[in-house]
Amino acid sequence: MNFKTARTGGLALLAIVIAAAPIGFSNSYYYDVGVNAMFNAIVCVGLNLLIGYAGQISLGHAGFFALGAYGSALMTTNYGIPPIGAMVLSAAVVGLLAFLVGRPILKLKGHYLAMATLGIGIIIHIVLKTESKITGGPDGMSVDNFSLLGVTVMGDRMWYWVAGGLLVLTVWLALNLIDSPVGRALRAVHGSEVGAEVVGVDTSSYKVLVFVVSAMFASVVGSLFAHKNGFITPDIGSFFHSVELVTMVVLGGMASVFGALIGAVILTLLPQVLAAVEQYEAMILGAIMMGTMIFMPKGLLPSIVASLKRRGAGK
Amino acid sequence: MSLLKVENLSKEFGGVHAVEDLTFSVEPGHIHSIIGPNGAGKTTLFNLITGVYTPSSGRVLFKDRLVSGLKPYELAAMGMSRTFQNLQIFFNMQAIENVMVGSHLHLNRGFLASFLRLPNVSRGDRECRKTCTELMEFVGLAKYLDADAASMPYGALKRLEIARALAAKPEILLLDEPAAGLNATESREIDEVIKRVAASGITVVLVEHDMKMVMGISDHITALDYGRKLAEGTPAEVRANPDVVKAYLGAHA
Amino acid sequence: MFAAFLQYLFSGLTSGAIYALAGLGFAIIYNASHVINFAQGEFIMIGGMASATLVAAGVPMPLAITLAMIISMAVGVALEKFAIEPARNADVVTIIIITIGASIFMRGAAQIIWDKEFHSLPAFSGEIPIAVLGATLMPQSLWVFGVAAVVIVALWWFFNRTMFGKAMLATSHNRLAAQLVGVGVKKVLLASFALSALLGAVGGIVVTPITFTNYEAGIMLGLKGFSAAVLGGLGNGGGAIVGGLIVGIAEALASGYLSSAYKDAIAFVIILFVLFFMPNGLFGKRGTDRV
Repeated sequence: MNFKTARTGGLALLAIVIAAAPIGFSNSYYYDVGVNAMFNAIVCVGLNLLIGYAGQISLGHAGFFALGAYGSALMTTNYGIPPIGAMVLSAAVVGLLAFLVGRPILKLKGHYLAMATLGIGIIIHIVLKTESKITGGPDGMSVDNFSLLGVTVMGDRMWYWVAGGLLVLTVWLALNLIDSPVGRALRAVHGSEVGAEVVGVDTSSYKVLVFVVSAMFASVVGSLFAHKNGFITPDIGSFFHSVELVTMVVLGGMASVFGALIGAVILTLLPQVLAAVEQYEAMILGAIMMGTMIFMPKGLLPSIVASLKRRGAGK
Repeated sequence: MSLLKVENLSKEFGGVHAVEDLTFSVEPGHIHSIIGPNGAGKTTLFNLITGVYTPSSGRVLFKDRLVSGLKPYELAAMGMSRTFQNLQIFFNMQAIENVMVGSHLHLNRGFLASFLRLPNVSRGDRECRKTCTELMEFVGLAKYLDADAASMPYGALKRLEIARALAAKPEILLLDEPAAGLNATESREIDEVIKRVAASGITVVLVEHDMKMVMGISDHITALDYGRKLAEGTPAEVRANPDVVKAYLGAHA
Repeated sequence: MFAAFLQYLFSGLTSGAIYALAGLGFAIIYNASHVINFAQGEFIMIGGMASATLVAAGVPMPLAITLAMIISMAVGVALEKFAIEPARNADVVTIIIITIGASIFMRGAAQIIWDKEFHSLPAFSGEIPIAVLGATLMPQSLWVFGVAAVVIVALWWFFNRTMFGKAMLATSHNRLAAQLVGVGVKKVLLASFALSALLGAVGGIVVTPITFTNYEAGIMLGLKGFSAAVLGGLGNGGGAIVGGLIVGIAEALASGYLSSAYKDAIAFVIILFVLFFMPNGLFGKRGTDRV
């Protein structure tokens, strides 16, 4: 299977699954869960560019998500900026923040980005909780509907199709990127930094680039989430949420676009399925993180693909 | 005019001089070999020239421009490329993709263009794949065109690094022990590849232990010992130099 | 004026001593294995929770404390044995994820084994505050200082005067060379986790009478210990101690003079500052990576 058919085939399959899934949806709750799964999937596809392809880890992506959400909420409510404008502006601010943090830190060798993003994420969370005059504090704040060109996106069904469309678009963009000079340079950075440098890859710039892009993905989804939910609290920016996002990526498969997507869907559905044992959620999440990394460090999808390949070769 | 000049170059690691007050120059079109016993500072020298390390003192001039302190990728853009003694392969990629990364500087690297897969990006990639296929054939890797780098044997990976370095279209290519760990046949084949690279007009700087190979293909040799220059000249001159015989050849004989 | 300052300083030194112990825990594991153990804070939590609930259940304090330390060490050993050891050759990202997973797992387990309530431990020697130059000092704070000092001296002795401690240090400098002269690297790794867990537990136990503890307490303490370690220079024991005290004092002063709401943010502002302006920390070595 060459890359081109894998890409078109994968995209088509994704579109079909998104389109067909509602056949099994008996009420709007299913749509709601579906939207959340796809929102997480978009964030994770972006985050996976950073973790899986550039080999860096962010422990603060929930912070960027929350900044997008609050940015949109505040700009639309307080300044009457149209939602799309607020979303773009928030993403630009988050991108700039990520650049300012990433530029000095990604010049260093080693995994300092994990530490820095951890710090940024927690600071954002604390600010959102504390500045209650602006953000409503721990009680959260309400957000208006998303509307564009006179059309207002309302209700779980409509959001489902918007999220589905965006997910397909995101996957298409990510697949494009990976199989391009920029994407190869990114993967090379993961393979061997010095090996990439000596053929002209400015490794630290690429790391910054992908960090900024993945942060902006999180911000955009944060904005959409705020409009869709109609209400946000600072906990969307918690360290725990950042860890959840990382877990989705590593469970599904680092360096696999569809893997990250699958990981996001599984971990979004899991609490719904395990609602009865809610108190075990943290334990299960932790066990998944450890178990995946120990027993199949490449993640679900790549491991399955590899075992299928082996079986195929064995015939 | 020399293509590469090394002037009074020194590098210290915690008080130990890995390279000390070293001066030599590499003429364009030459195969210039650096020899010396283990620990003579050859790899450190390569790392200094290619910007992986910053010198403690002294300077490096490439095309008459002061380049010490520049990053490896900046030097690559100026036309310098290299391979590594201990492989620096992208094991997470296919063999051909490894070589394609080598073409990085010669492709459209626009982020948005890549993201949207604009026609000129796909066209560039198609052409790049073609030239990289040719490069792989050139170094004798035709049968690995569809292989994952991780599945290739050691000897093939050595050549893959050469192909990758060539894809950057360098004016000067630094090869760090390309024949180390290879058997006699493979070694002879690498020998041929190097000669062909040089014949195509690329200046080659070679660090190698295989004396037969070095004496056979070099135009000029610099012999090092304990980070210092011991001797230099044509293969015949260096072979006849008593210091070299004592320090290097003698130790092995 | 001065009394208030002194008051903040006391409270800063108290929490700083705990961060220092946590930072030391990071440093010990980092040195032995280059693993950044994000589960370090959970050892503090386990030490506090275990001793508090044991005492509440009627176990005599000295026994409860001993048991809490043993439990924490057992958890540390289990973590190394079952989660780190099997992935020892994995890359840094993988190991970071494993230790974060371990941290979340332990937190979840603590919530089930115990509960979500806050637990306390009686102060070791009464709760009558001592007046010092207008400020007051809780006797338990003296216990914190004293225990931290004893632990630090004991660690120094262990690493400089015992064969096994020296072997652990040797491993951190050059794993292969240590192996060649017969140091059991596996044993060193195991010991480093046990030791770090012990340090965490000790910190958790002595501070619980002052701060109380619950299943979530570990994460913040651990992350602050981590910023102490980063500030001091990752892998530098002395640095971690100084770093811990600086983080503790900065936090106390900021919450006293600026805003108590941002108390928890200080440690992370420090992390960012260090990474931006002095990535090797205060006392870290500048490393050259060999190709």
